[in-house]
Amino acid sequence: MMYLADVGALARKDLRLELRARDTLPAMLLFVLSTLVVFHFVLPGDSSELAAKGLLWVAIVFTALLGLSRAFAAEREQGVIDGLVLAPSDRSAIWVGKALSVLAFLVLAEVVALPAFALFFGGVDGPMVAGIALADVGIAAVGTLLAAMAAASRARELLLPLLFLPLAIPIIVGGVGASVTSDPGRYLGFLGLYDALFAIICWASFEYVVTE
Amino acid sequence: MGVAGRDYSGMVIRARGVEKRYGDKRVLRGVGFDVARDGFLLVTGPNGSGKTTLLRLCAGLAVPTAGELEVTPERGRIGYLAHESLVYRELTALENLDLYGRLYRVAERRERIGMLLERFGLWDARHDRADSYSRGMLQRLALSRALLHDPDLLVLDEPYSGLDEEGASLLDRELEERRPSCAFVIATHDPARIAPLATSKLVLA
Repeated sequence: MMYLADVGALARKDLRLELRARDTLPAMLLFVLSTLVVFHFVLPGDSSELAAKGLLWVAIVFTALLGLSRAFAAEREQGVIDGLVLAPSDRSAIWVGKALSVLAFLVLAEVVALPAFALFFGGVDGPMVAGIALADVGIAAVGTLLAAMAAASRARELLLPLLFLPLAIPIIVGGVGASVTSDPGRYLGFLGLYDALFAIICWASFEYVVTE
Repeated sequence: MGVAGRDYSGMVIRARGVEKRYGDKRVLRGVGFDVARDGFLLVTGPNGSGKTTLLRLCAGLAVPTAGELEVTPERGRIGYLAHESLVYRELTALENLDLYGRLYRVAERRERIGMLLERFGLWDARHDRADSYSRGMLQRLALSRALLHDPDLLVLDEPYSGLDEEGASLLDRELEERRPSCAFVIATHDPARIAPLATSKLVLA
């Protein structure tokens, strides 16, 4: 119970910071919407639904990357991560709290992006939404760990995409597969497995990322 | 004895031949000292001599490259003041201390936060965001945060930095009051102010 209370306090803190600073979610919304608008005008009128859905996934991954690059900004700027690491609470609670807030921002961006996609390109269905939901969990889990690693580096803006994008490839494969095939179950199962596996790995290894 | 029920018999910190390297750069070489459970170690030295690195080692935020370093209090019983305030700039003083109070399992959290804010003269500004604070107010908030969980070991890096005379006097009083119940490791460029409290001194070259 104490662990969940810590996670709740840390996640609430991130949401409160965003409500006040408004430096992550607006940027994510602007990016995903402008990307969809650009795709809408550059794709030929007779282009396939597959191309549109593929581009949606590109937009989602890079929108997530934008959010992840800011995930530990507040902790980095005032050395707050040291104060959190020294607390007697389980350090993995920092990761869970942060991953939940990253997930919340990503879902909020998609709540706006998916209707825009439906308006421009059509074709948002259940399997596609389920694929996006499962992909969000994986992106938040892996991305938060990698964002913490990158935050400790001076080359964080370069390091985060270098670490994150290769690990996001299975998510894109699973998400696109769930969106375009007639048998999405296989891909949704793959995404679920990816989420479970990487959530456990990230949860267990976070302590080693934030300590020497 | 730090708090009731906690008895660190012997030394709180024991360091022998501690060395710290970052890549090829050796920041600390062969540092050794002891801090008793009611000890007060004053660390001085010029810029770049490794004071901050040594304090991070004592706080458990870094590990030595070589040598032995034993710090008895567990991490939740260490109060750490760094150059940075370690508080969220977009949160108020009250919100910052409440978050830390939860994570550090502070009993009677609200009363303790109120007492510290009163003591450090921040009560009237408790609902103001930390980014509206002056340097001195931020340092007072950082001190309140470091003292919040009534630690057994206080590791303070330049605690008088940014404080006006009133703030410095408040800190003097706080250190004197805690002196019998807490071990201290304090790095400062102005050792004269706290030299009377110190039981040992470490000069880093």
